[in-house]
Amino acid sequence: MDEFLIRAFLAGLGVALVAGPLGCVVVWRRMAYFGDALAHGGVAGLALGVLIGLGPQPGVLIAGLLFALLLAFFERQSRLAGDTALGILSHSALAIGLIAAALVPALRNDLMGYLFGDLLAVSRIDLGWVWGGGAIVLAGLALLWRPLVAIAIDADLARVEGVAVDRVRLAFLVLVALAVAAAMKVVGVLLVGALLIIPAAAARNLARSPEGMAGWAALLGALAIGLGLAASLLYDLPTGPAVVAVAGILFLATLAVRRRP
Amino acid sequence: MTAPILIAAEKIDLAFGGHRVLESVSLSVRRGAIVTIIGPNGAGKTSLLKVVLGLVEPDSGRVERAATLRLGYMPQRLALADALPLTVRRFLAAGGPADPSAVAAVLREVRAERVLESTMTDLSGGEIQRVLLARALLRRPDLLVLDEPVRGVDVVGQAEFYELIARLRSERNIGILMVSHDLHLVMRATDEVLCLNGHVCCHGHPESVSRHPEFVALFGDQVAEAMAVYTHHHDHRHG
Repeated sequence: MDEFLIRAFLAGLGVALVAGPLGCVVVWRRMAYFGDALAHGGVAGLALGVLIGLGPQPGVLIAGLLFALLLAFFERQSRLAGDTALGILSHSALAIGLIAAALVPALRNDLMGYLFGDLLAVSRIDLGWVWGGGAIVLAGLALLWRPLVAIAIDADLARVEGVAVDRVRLAFLVLVALAVAAAMKVVGVLLVGALLIIPAAAARNLARSPEGMAGWAALLGALAIGLGLAASLLYDLPTGPAVVAVAGILFLATLAVRRRP
Repeated sequence: MTAPILIAAEKIDLAFGGHRVLESVSLSVRRGAIVTIIGPNGAGKTSLLKVVLGLVEPDSGRVERAATLRLGYMPQRLALADALPLTVRRFLAAGGPADPSAVAAVLREVRAERVLESTMTDLSGGEIQRVLLARALLRRPDLLVLDEPVRGVDVVGQAEFYELIARLRSERNIGILMVSHDLHLVMRATDEVLCLNGHVCCHGHPESVSRHPEFVALFGDQVAEAMAVYTHHHDHRHG
């Protein structure tokens, strides 16, 4: 097999293994929209990062962290909270990013790649970002898992039982931001949100425990990467969208075998 | 000798967006005592509990806890996301590590041993309350805080639940602070009543509270009379 194919699969696998468990928490906390917003913020970070010479990934990472802080702030100031505030942030960031991108000629060609990703063009350095960032995120998630599940069940109850709810929430948002930055080159900022949400939602139909759901989500995400990559090669489809489309089909399939409880 | 005070709130003031919710409210709970907060809707009962629990910071006043106080809290209801697959066993484990025999013992104590492997979202209202209580008890609390513990439970279940709480108090010698809507049943199970309507209207023994003019004004003659008879009768039965 060609080396670039192996790299593509490994990069996709890295993203899926991280996005699955992370996405479960996103789904439990009903913040599905946050992944998209982060990605839109990532476009601004990407363009600004290149514009001021920091490079794309650091730009996305910084933008993501800023977004996480802003959102944590909104979550506390409940009057500002809700979809609307997030929507304003998210779309403004996307617009700023697209304007910044238009001002940087060098970026214009790459923009499509960053927006939709290109698994087949993953370099060794990109692979390092995905696995390095992914390992950090998974380690952080493992550390936070217990309090995250407790908060997802009931935040007040968790707080009375001694969980530092605000700090755990903020740490989780930082992990999501890190994951988006690491996954950006692979699936593209616009499709990262899909890999967070769809495998986790599909896993819900198969799992009986929070941990089982995280495992299924990672597995289904990996499956979507493998099948999407294959479809992309066979039929000459854009890889990122192919992966997301397969994930959507897998979700439909899990609906059919859904076990209730 | 009086039992030690577990938790005390002093002159709590609280306002949300200019609207006064609590005005100079004080309460204390001793070990072995059951204190019940009653009051109409919007009286600030749940807000007061949240201040006592440390979930909401009061605008003024303070809450003092006995050193090494262990709290068990039973929220009014769980807003469980359907997206979270959760058996009762896993739910109980989320409160902290507990060995299986302790879990089994507590579930027996609240008479919910049959639901251990059930899914949380499949439970009836009464079963959920018992499981929530089990989770609070697993922490071996000194003080149990219950927010409308019998909401959504039928009348027979309510009576049973209050009996269970009274038994827990005497067997474990813990303090219990609860909010209740249900005046008749709760009066039987409580040592002290705090009638709240933004401020403390009156507090004390259930019988004296039921005769207090502010209580009568708040709940009406008939309720007050029925309760006075009830508590009176109760006194005789055990006197």
